[in-house]
Amino acid sequence: MHIPDGYLSPATCAVLYATSAPFWYVALRRLKRRLATKLIPLLSVFAAFAFVVMMFNLPLPGGTTGHAVGVSISSIVLGPWASILAISIALFIQAVFFGDGGITSLGANCFNMAIAGSLVAYFTYRAVSGKCAIGSRRRVVAAGVAGYLSINVAALLAALEFGIQPLLFRDAAGAPLYAPYPLKIAVPAMMAGHLTVAGIAEMLLAAGLVAWLQHSHPSLLSATAPGAAPPRSRDCEEAVAPVIAWRAIRPLLAGLAALLLFTPLGILAVGSAWGEWSPHDLADQAARRQIAAVSAHRALPPGVPQGLDRLSSIWTAPFPAYAPRFLRNQSFGYFLSAAFGSGLILLAAVALDWVLAARRRSG
Amino acid sequence: MRPNRVIEGSLRSLLGVIERTLESEELARRSGVLQRLDPRVKLLGFLGLIVATAASRRLEVIAAVFALTLVLAMLSQVPLGTLLIRVWAGAFAFTGLIALPALFLTPGRPVARLPLLGWVVTAQGFRGAVYLISRVETTATLSMLLVLCTPWAHVLKALRVLRVPVVLVVTLGMTYRYILLTIAAAEEMFESRRSRMVGRLAAKDGRRLAMATAGVLLSKTMQLSGDVYLAMQSRGFRGEVYVLDEFRMRPGDWGWLALFCALAAAALWMGH
Repeated sequence: MHIPDGYLSPATCAVLYATSAPFWYVALRRLKRRLATKLIPLLSVFAAFAFVVMMFNLPLPGGTTGHAVGVSISSIVLGPWASILAISIALFIQAVFFGDGGITSLGANCFNMAIAGSLVAYFTYRAVSGKCAIGSRRRVVAAGVAGYLSINVAALLAALEFGIQPLLFRDAAGAPLYAPYPLKIAVPAMMAGHLTVAGIAEMLLAAGLVAWLQHSHPSLLSATAPGAAPPRSRDCEEAVAPVIAWRAIRPLLAGLAALLLFTPLGILAVGSAWGEWSPHDLADQAARRQIAAVSAHRALPPGVPQGLDRLSSIWTAPFPAYAPRFLRNQSFGYFLSAAFGSGLILLAAVALDWVLAARRRSG
Repeated sequence: MRPNRVIEGSLRSLLGVIERTLESEELARRSGVLQRLDPRVKLLGFLGLIVATAASRRLEVIAAVFALTLVLAMLSQVPLGTLLIRVWAGAFAFTGLIALPALFLTPGRPVARLPLLGWVVTAQGFRGAVYLISRVETTATLSMLLVLCTPWAHVLKALRVLRVPVVLVVTLGMTYRYILLTIAAAEEMFESRRSRMVGRLAAKDGRRLAMATAGVLLSKTMQLSGDVYLAMQSRGFRGEVYVLDEFRMRPGDWGWLALFCALAAAALWMGH
């Protein structure tokens, strides 16, 4: 994600330097006011920590290894403004002294990782952790989510910066002057690696370090946890967590309810989704013409494939095509199917929570 | 996963930084042309050439700047093998891998076809890939040459000429120093763990080890921050930061500055 020189045009680099400058200015002002003379040692030493932790090889699920950026743990321990400066300093040293990332693209790298990364990590961590106790397991989850989101937002920004280059900067013959791929290639190519490897590395680092700090140095987590109960015992966490958890997911439940009301919009789409054809579709001449039209006019097999015909009758869904047979109104059928499905998932979650709570109480 | 990859991989990365730092310091002490120049001249001159390379729309101009960096490297006793290992090979492998699909994916005039796969290489795709690789190689060589021929403390002090606030210059200097200290601490932790291990380390245990090491490092970091602050206070630090201005421009430095400015302006004008 460290963009080297030459991938972005000077105009893009200038815009991103100009965009980053106010954040650096505000961060410096705020920290000077708050930390006064402590500012320099704190930033220097923490930037050194961020630099070194980027070199750790983290074993990831699946047998591979990855490197984290450390932006989320910086935000969680120092807060967003100090993190913006500490990570920017680490990126500067990486670019200038070790050639990791460019000098002209330093503004872009700082904007993506130090600024956007720190702010996304901080606000995600605060939103997910709420006011739960410092020792709560929810803080570990919040740190993991913050780490995963912050790296992926940074990667998405980098992909957008790459993707606009061929749109804006070409030579007289039409050859791209900088990063050559348009958005439709740059975004998926960049996100594939970050959603699967880099994001998980950052998630593991943030969650793992927060879990470690909860046991070893909980005071380091208090700066970004105003109003949180200090860690006392595990009983405190058990008592507080369930109450807060349900209160915290109330907006999510309201959002889910709103989405349920909009499910009949799905009826507006006509035909079957590509690759989800039923034996009935493959037997119907009009449907076959539609399938051929959306499949580059490749010839379809003459009849319904035997395997498809045999396997499709093994299980008959109670609400086929999201339309319960006992209902005549299609919109209401869609809504009811959505409510039924969501209800089942929520019930499963509640049951799992109940089983885990019972195990914790007994153990 | 191979046994102890977390330890071996992390140690390799950490020791690599120390190795490169020592090599840079040794090269910066040699008596080449760039080493003798005022750091501010080098910073401004190289920055001008980097911007000119980034802005160029002509491959010939980028190639000319690249040739200039080779001449400067030779005049400054920087072995081309060092540049090959530290800059060119890595930049070519990384950027080449990224640029390769552009040969086939960029729409344009077909110029060649891959024998077995039948993929068509377009002229625009080829030029786009060459632009990207040549630009990355040239700018990376310039920035590496600056660091290889200038002690790091001088590079940081020279930033003052760009009006970088003095508090940031001092912070950057301290960060660089504490990076080496933190690397040494991390390396000792990994080494001590390695010396106590027999057999394989499962992925889960590897993660736990990495977290514990990072956690201890974080605690040491915060403790160090407090110690450094107390040490600064004991020496009379009250928040004001001063940097000694030890650079003196000589007539030769002014000549090189003029040359760098002329070259960067010419590259900007010809590359437009």
